[in-house]
Amino acid sequence: MENIWTIENLWNAIGTVLRNWLAGFLPAWLVTLIMDLLVIVVLLAIGIVAVLVLSFMERKVAARAGDRYGPNRWGPYGLLQPFADAIKMLIKEDIIPHVADRFSFNLAPVIVTVGAVMTYAVLPFGRDMVAANLNIGILYFAAVGSLSIIGLLTAGWGSRNKYALISAFRAVAQLITYEVPVGLCIICVVMLAGSLSTQDIVLAQQERGWFFLLMPGIFILYFLAASAEMIRCPFDLLEADSEIIAGHFIEYSGMKFALFFLAEYIHLFAGSAMMVTLFFGGWLGPWLPSWLWFLIKTFVVIFVFMWIRNTFPRIRIDQVLKIGWKVMVPAGLVGLAITGFVDKLIADKLIAGVVLFICNIGLIIGVSYLMGRAQRRKEMAAEGAALR
Amino acid sequence: MSVQIPPTERLRTDTIEINMGPHHPSTHGVFRMVLTLDGETVVDLEPRFGYLHRGIEKTAEERTYVQNVPFTDRLDYICGITNNWAYALALEKLAGIEVPERAEYIRVILGELTRVMNHMLAIGFLWNDLGATTFTPVVYAFRERERILDLIEMAAGSRMMPSYIRAGGVVADLPEEFMPRLQKLVPHLKRFIDEMDTMLTKNEIFRARAVGVGVLKAKDAINAGITGPVLRASGVKYDIRKADSYSIYDRFDFEVPVHTAGDVYARYLQRLAEARQSLRIIEQAMRDIPEGPVTSLPYKQLSRLKPPKGEAYGRIESPKGELGFYLVSDGSNKPYRFRIRSTSLLNLTLLREMCLGHKVADVVTILGSIDITLGDVDR
Repeated sequence: MENIWTIENLWNAIGTVLRNWLAGFLPAWLVTLIMDLLVIVVLLAIGIVAVLVLSFMERKVAARAGDRYGPNRWGPYGLLQPFADAIKMLIKEDIIPHVADRFSFNLAPVIVTVGAVMTYAVLPFGRDMVAANLNIGILYFAAVGSLSIIGLLTAGWGSRNKYALISAFRAVAQLITYEVPVGLCIICVVMLAGSLSTQDIVLAQQERGWFFLLMPGIFILYFLAASAEMIRCPFDLLEADSEIIAGHFIEYSGMKFALFFLAEYIHLFAGSAMMVTLFFGGWLGPWLPSWLWFLIKTFVVIFVFMWIRNTFPRIRIDQVLKIGWKVMVPAGLVGLAITGFVDKLIADKLIAGVVLFICNIGLIIGVSYLMGRAQRRKEMAAEGAALR
Repeated sequence: MSVQIPPTERLRTDTIEINMGPHHPSTHGVFRMVLTLDGETVVDLEPRFGYLHRGIEKTAEERTYVQNVPFTDRLDYICGITNNWAYALALEKLAGIEVPERAEYIRVILGELTRVMNHMLAIGFLWNDLGATTFTPVVYAFRERERILDLIEMAAGSRMMPSYIRAGGVVADLPEEFMPRLQKLVPHLKRFIDEMDTMLTKNEIFRARAVGVGVLKAKDAINAGITGPVLRASGVKYDIRKADSYSIYDRFDFEVPVHTAGDVYARYLQRLAEARQSLRIIEQAMRDIPEGPVTSLPYKQLSRLKPPKGEAYGRIESPKGELGFYLVSDGSNKPYRFRIRSTSLLNLTLLREMCLGHKVADVVTILGSIDITLGDVDR
């Protein structure tokens, strides 16, 4: 019998031992039930721990970007700060505005959080480490991920606050717009990998090379569309602090606010993890165990998102929609056509990869040239406008 | 072929009215705008202010001339020095007081430092309004402002409320270590402004948000009495330092930058260019500053000052525009009338016209680009 206790296999080994022990004195159906519930609990725990880490990381990155120290009072380097935040959230008064629609007001945080947590089911945390290896994993991710739109709309409507209402209709417009390019990019990846399962996509990258090298254009498109999906800067219009204050969760306090907060960071983690899966080879990597590689890559992507948030201003709602429909959807369609033709017409995988790379670079140059030209024209027209 | 929807089945839409402020993160204080929105588009905007009204003009009539100096600090609390200066100028005109050479140079140095500081902060806050939510540009602007405030503290003893410039000169001479610190600071600030330029000016999102937004026509700006960088960004070359030269500004070699687009982006560029010119003036003033007395009117005389009957209007180019004090004396030791021509209030007058037809997000950007201080608007 081979040794199952390797670091690579650590978590699965614990699972196997537990299952064998339970099978010793329980019927088979109960063992399955308990093990499934355990996986769910573990996933939830991962979600909450990730949020604790991310909220600390967000504050530290923001502080360092702004030449500040950030939280450094409680615990070494302020590491216990997230717990202080969590306790504060828990013991705060829970306020429901008396004009609010109580049912939808209370329901909204639940929908948002559940939708976010459910995405964890298909994340491939490591080799053979996925809670549900669905053969439609990506489709499931896209579908469940957009559940939160309903929650945001409910929150905006239920609060009966005008800022929240604006945020709600921004949510619907923006998230529906960006579903389309995200979908198109995912289809490109799926065409290359030949499967909708997240594990198979990772394995396909072992064979063909990481997809962000093969398709840099599609990757950039996915990156932008995904940051719009995750409501990250520069597409964080739903919670635009300087315009509509906090948007849909303006009226929430205490634990309900914490749930929105939780959902936001769970989305961030899941979105970054999915980006790693689709474009950065998932858990692939030398020397270190696969789950550690997965976490490292995910946190690098998350750091890039935070970096962008601390550097860029926000785009306006009409510009968001304009870029979505006029630039990203057509670019996504072109990318889809390129990927399809190259992948099917060129049999040799290496040559196909090179051609795909060149076509993608062309796509990037073309799109940025066209966008730049439109902007320069606008600027030329603006010159001297005050004197006319 | 288009499908005709019968009018009864058409979606019935309505405008919504939003109270932006007085408790809103982007109204730069307790300013309130009543917005009427059609979707996200602004169809009407009504500015309402007065939440910070402290009755300074009336209170000042009950105080002696020197007691009124601290009130001026609290008008535009970002630039206390220039407020003091405008009041001192009016009083000097009223009472016919001479100012020693060295005091004029100190005034110019500190006044221009204030301008640099104000413009850096204005750009920082503009970016905040644009949605750099984590305050990154503001924090850097604040860091540099802190260095300038250190210098003001060295001279005046207070950072934000200096009360340093009084009629007849300045309160006290500069401490010895002031000039070496200033000599180090000026090249540093130059580098910082260049850094801001490289970091912010070419940002595509910033350009997309700022170009063509909130255009102010030169004609309207003149009619509304708008002054300062907002006016010059609309293509009018009007700077009181040149047009009605006060103090010793005629001795310095500097330009009045002008931009012609009149939008948020032009106002941003205008502030950068003006901060650079201010540093140029400071360099020349540092070189030429003479030794000598710093005030012609010791405190004992100043506190008993009774200007002759009459009236005077002193105005300066404050960082935000023309700041004027109109004083009427009845021969007693208190002003009979103390009137402030505040810059921020007049610059706000065309806010509605600038915002109409733009989106909600642009309203805060336009407000940020006008650069108001509520202490100055409400007085």
